[in-house]
This record gives sequence, C-alpha cells and structure tokens, in this order.
Amino acid sequence: MSMILDWASWACLLAGGFFCIVGALGLVRMPDFYTRMHAASVTDTLGAGLILFGLILQAGWTLVMAKLLIIVLLIAFTSPTATHALAKTALTRRVPHLAEDGEPSSKP
Amino acid sequence: MLYAASATLALFSFWLVLSGFFTAFLVGAGAASALAVVAFSRRMDVIDREGHPIHLSWRALTYWPWLIKEIVKSAWDVSKIILHPRLPVSPTLVRIKPTQRTPEGLVTHANSITLTPGTISVEVGADEFLVHAVTREGAEGVASGEMDRRTTRFEGGT
Repeated sequence: MSMILDWASWACLLAGGFFCIVGALGLVRMPDFYTRMHAASVTDTLGAGLILFGLILQAGWTLVMAKLLIIVLLIAFTSPTATHALAKTALTRRVPHLAEDGEPSSKP
Repeated sequence: MLYAASATLALFSFWLVLSGFFTAFLVGAGAASALAVVAFSRRMDVIDREGHPIHLSWRALTYWPWLIKEIVKSAWDVSKIILHPRLPVSPTLVRIKPTQRTPEGLVTHANSITLTPGTISVEVGADEFLVHAVTREGAEGVASGEMDRRTTRFEGGT
C-alpha cells in the first residue's frame, strides 16, 4: 500500500513539475501580456496543485497534511484575485492586446 | 452570533494546525488570540455573511469537485496550445451577464472564471463581466453560461 502511495505521489510530483515547465514555456512563447497570463495560470493551478497533492500523499495523515491543505486553499483564493487585479490594471492602463471584441452575448 | 462562533472555531483550529504544540499555555494563548481577533472583527463589522460565508460551505462539497474537473480540463487544453508548434491562439474579449445576486456569488463566479486556465475575468460588476479568453472557443464556453448556472445554484439562487 505504501509502495502504491509512493508511486502515486511521485507521479503527481513529476506531472506537476511538467505543467510548471509548460506554463513557463507558455510565458515565453505567448504573443501578448494577456495571453501570457493564461500560460501562467497553468502553473499556479495544475502545476502547483499536483505538486501539493503529491506532497500530501507523502505526508500521510499528519499535521503536515493539514498545513499543505491550508496552502492549497490559500493559492486557490489568492491566485485568481491577483490575476484579476493584474488584468484589470493592464486593461485600464491600456496595455496593448491582440484580442478582438466578441459580440456582447446575452443569455436567458 | 453563529458566524462569530464559527469564525472563533476556525481561527482556533488554524492556530492548532500551525502550532502543533499542545501544552496548556500554547492552547490557551491560541484560544485567547482567536477570541480577541473575533472581538476586533466584530467591532470592525466584518463578521457577516460576506466576510465569513459558512452558509455556502455544504454546497461547496458539490461545487468544488466540479470546479476542479473544469480546471484540469482547461489546463490541459491550454497546455496543448502552448506545446503546439504553431501556437493556435485567438484571444477574444467577451461580455457576459452574471445571474448571481449576492456579492459572494458574484465573487465566486469571477474567481472561478479566472481560476480555470484560458479565461480571465477582467472587469467585474453586478450586471456585466468582461472576460478575456485565450481562444475563441474558450470565450464561447464562458458565454454558454454553464459556470454561471452552477455558481447561481452554489449561491442558492435557484
């Protein structure tokens, strides 16, 4: 059982590392400020999430697991807030963007 | 009062988890700190439905798993775009009309949009969100309104 947990944990850690690298690569490859932010959000959702989940599996049912869960919650609430603040400021300060304005869509 | 009691309990368990020492002095200091913080927060009038939304917690049990599934799906899609040799992005700005009525519901909706890779809520208001999507399909996905329906249900609207 601990063998399986160990393998699952390492799989999560490696996959998390992979998505962090993908996010960093996207940060370099994307054409403008806003699309770069989309690449960065791969790193702080799936990248950080998988690494923390892998660490939780390593920790087992200990106090460390509770602390890691608190970090997960912290990231889940702060990272979208920071991203939103950054994007809003960029648009207000008229940072150039490639986006076309999609037609206003209304729903029922 | 219920919100104050729950906030005290949450702060005290936060202290215990971070401390990890269970001597009488440290546990007592933790309880005193939790009570003091809640007393100050009540004076500042920030302990209410908005500041400590426990009435949403049981609905989070169904909403969060769905949100995690959406995050994984869209993170995978954005990763494929990044690793694609031709980088097929079609950035789009789209305006949507949220149907949530409370501040907690609107914030949950806007944060959920930003948390799923490929879409960022840029401007948030009570009757309109401006969303930046990395692809046209992503923008259509937001405009289709599934997340809106889910957050409204999470909020307790319908």
